[in-house]
Amino acid sequence: MSAPNASELLAVMASRQLRDDTTVFAGVGVPLLAAALAKQRHAPRLTLVIEGGIIGPEIAPGRLPISTNEMRAGRRAQMLPGITDAFLFAQRGFVDVGFMGGAQIDQYGNINTTAIGDYWKPTVRLPGTGGANDIASLCREVIIVTAHEKRRFVPRVAFVTSPAWLAGDGARRAAGLLFGGVSRVVTTLGLLGFDPETKRMRIEATHPGVSVDDIQANTGFELGRAPTIETTEPPSADELEMLRALDPERRFLG
Amino acid sequence: MALVREVLRQRRRGLTLARNLTCTEGEFLMAAGAVERIVTAWMSIGLPWGVSKVMRHYVESGKVALEEWSHLALGLRFRAGAMGVPFLPALTMLGSDLMAVGGTKTLQDPYTGETLAAVPALFPDVALLHVHRADRFGNCQIDGYPHMDADIARAAATVVVTTEEIVSDEETRRHPDRTVIPGFLVDALVLVPFGSFPHECYGLYEADFDHFAEYTAAIDAEGPQAVAGYLERYAYAPPTFADYLDLFGGERLARQVRRARELTVDA
Repeated sequence: MSAPNASELLAVMASRQLRDDTTVFAGVGVPLLAAALAKQRHAPRLTLVIEGGIIGPEIAPGRLPISTNEMRAGRRAQMLPGITDAFLFAQRGFVDVGFMGGAQIDQYGNINTTAIGDYWKPTVRLPGTGGANDIASLCREVIIVTAHEKRRFVPRVAFVTSPAWLAGDGARRAAGLLFGGVSRVVTTLGLLGFDPETKRMRIEATHPGVSVDDIQANTGFELGRAPTIETTEPPSADELEMLRALDPERRFLG
Repeated sequence: MALVREVLRQRRRGLTLARNLTCTEGEFLMAAGAVERIVTAWMSIGLPWGVSKVMRHYVESGKVALEEWSHLALGLRFRAGAMGVPFLPALTMLGSDLMAVGGTKTLQDPYTGETLAAVPALFPDVALLHVHRADRFGNCQIDGYPHMDADIARAAATVVVTTEEIVSDEETRRHPDRTVIPGFLVDALVLVPFGSFPHECYGLYEADFDHFAEYTAAIDAEGPQAVAGYLERYAYAPPTFADYLDLFGGERLARQVRRARELTVDA
């Protein structure tokens, strides 16, 4: 079994965050791949929810969906409630985990997938929120899955597409968001979390062979440190084997 | 797609397009100069092809305004329209910069004082929809993903539907639970098999990803102006939708039908 590349490492580390008997709103790409791996490996009763309006699909190896609303995403689903109603399950509080990527993330976990520069005259226009804002607003807990690059980890995002802790210190609750918020950021270098008081991002674990300094050097703001910083277990042979079988075309694993 | 093709062929101008996920059809309408504004949650073609270069070109140059709402907020705008109420309270988008983009206001819950987003109703002038089957009275049935089509049909002033199949009144009555749009909402019904191709129709044909790859490859090579050539070939030149489908060929269509069955009926 060859050593994992960055996407494989990310998918395996992300999959370990998901627990059995929970519901997860999964974004297409590495988050969905990680959720499918978790379901196959250690969380058989994990219910996937996909924003195209899909509950409980079984993703077929080699037929990974490229968007949230196509037949591949809904294969062998248990329910197809439609887009609005799928999100209303989250608004009602039924979705345990939101699991998604992000173009740009700040020290309070807020994400920008909308635009760089002025909104109406952008320098770079990104595809937009899709359901990311709703997932970040309405799931009980949100886990971000992203490559760890300095240009992605910025002090303040140019545009808050998906709210996490906003400006910290009770800002989320004050805005009217009743629950949720980003609890974890899984990256290619380690696991990040948030200080329970300040809601600022901190290092909680490093992946094998990565130092705390490496993580700080690849981040555009000062990270806090958890009281104890763990080292994650490297991906096992069977995790990698299952993961590679899910994406034989290497559509998302690179 | 049959209806979008017709909008293009009629050389419409000054339109606002509202739909949650905007894909190639949005790029066509931008490139043809048909739309001034797109109201959406997300626009690109699909993850493997990255951020839409056509969208970036038209939005970054200020030629087309892209008004972004969250998926649920836009869904609730159609639902408010469908319900005939001016807005719906929601717990989404709060605290984000999306609130300001569409001018969404907050309101205080009159019972608890909690802050809510007041998502305004959207009443489209025209709804363009494609369904699996309809009868001669316009009663429409959709298999698989319902998307938001039932809400959109209720919210819109005029409803134009294309259908894969026209069935008898008896057939509708055999499965009334499958009817999601009653005939009294529908202003025009057109029989167009493969009417959403190269996009998918649940259970009937899979989206033609190879076609999207060819389309995006041309844009990568020639820039956004490649869409003009595409529109000439696929929208303006073929006089009928059957001529349009001939450009793909029966074998390609049959392959996509087979793939759809693998993912639904045989899965």
